[in-house]
Amino acid sequence: MTLDDIKGILGALALTGRGDMKIDIGRAYCADLMSDVLAFSITNSLLITGLTNAQVVRTAEVADIKAIVFVQNKRPDIQTIAMAEAKNIPLFVTELSMFDTCGRLYERGLRSQMGQTV
Amino acid sequence: MTGDEDGVFFLTGKDFANAGSASSNLKGILEKRGIPAEIIRRASIAAFEAEMNVIIYAVAGMMHYTITPERIKVVLQDMGPGIPDIGLAMQEGYSTAPDYIREMGFGSGMGLPNIKRNADKLTINSVVGEGTTVEFVISLERSGR
Ligand SMILES: Nc1ncnc2c1ncn2[C@@H]1O[C@H](COP(=O)(O)OP(=O)(O)O)[C@@H](O)[C@H]1O
Ligand SMILES: [Mg+2]
Repeated sequence: MTLDDIKGILGALALTGRGDMKIDIGRAYCADLMSDVLAFSITNSLLITGLTNAQVVRTAEVADIKAIVFVQNKRPDIQTIAMAEAKNIPLFVTELSMFDTCGRLYERGLRSQMGQTV
Repeated sequence: MTGDEDGVFFLTGKDFANAGSASSNLKGILEKRGIPAEIIRRASIAAFEAEMNVIIYAVAGMMHYTITPERIKVVLQDMGPGIPDIGLAMQEGYSTAPDYIREMGFGSGMGLPNIKRNADKLTINSVVGEGTTVEFVISLERSGR
């Protein structure tokens, strides 16, 4: 699933201008606890979150997360967007709730890194 | 770059606007040396958790790194309240973080366990009322982990 696909599925708006929309996102992780993201996310994945502070972008940077989707129309401030832009981490915002965001992406085949045996 | 290299970043308590910039800079330095991405990720995550702890709990501190062909060593030394019971602080989920820290996405009590998980060696020394030193080492040798 590409960033373009994700943007379309979520009816999301891109907050950053740079970044390759054709890059493939293999996995996603959803959390509002950054230590959980640092512990359980995997590289090159998508982060879905309702938090919008600068530490979210820092977390994505150190954990090698490819892009971030903010749910429920929550938007980070301009400094945080600028930092993401500088670090080449595309940001998106969707009006959908956390539940619906994850649900729609799951429905279209996106998974977390954990086992999907159930 | 293959020789030894070291440096220091200064950290200010409650400076949330810059929180994480030391770890971000360290990540850039490791990338320049051509260290494998998975090792850089482990070092950056450990450094970031330790840096956030200094910002959240201490008054001020510093992050000192030394990189040799064999290992990355990072020492975070702070002036702060110290940790009364390190064994307890190491437990997953244990946290004394106030609510406003939780609202920022930290304070889930996973920071020190995350450092331990990502480092090959972790040493914590703390004196209540004075401060804390967190030191971790990540091996760069193939047999290191
Ligand atoms: N540098 C520090 N100075 C003082 N106390 C600390 C420091 N680092 C950690 N602690 C204590 O250890 C606890 C656990 O730390 P950590 O595992 O990082 O979880 P969290 O930061 O989410 O609470 C903290 O809640 C705090 O009480
Ligand atoms: Mg912590």
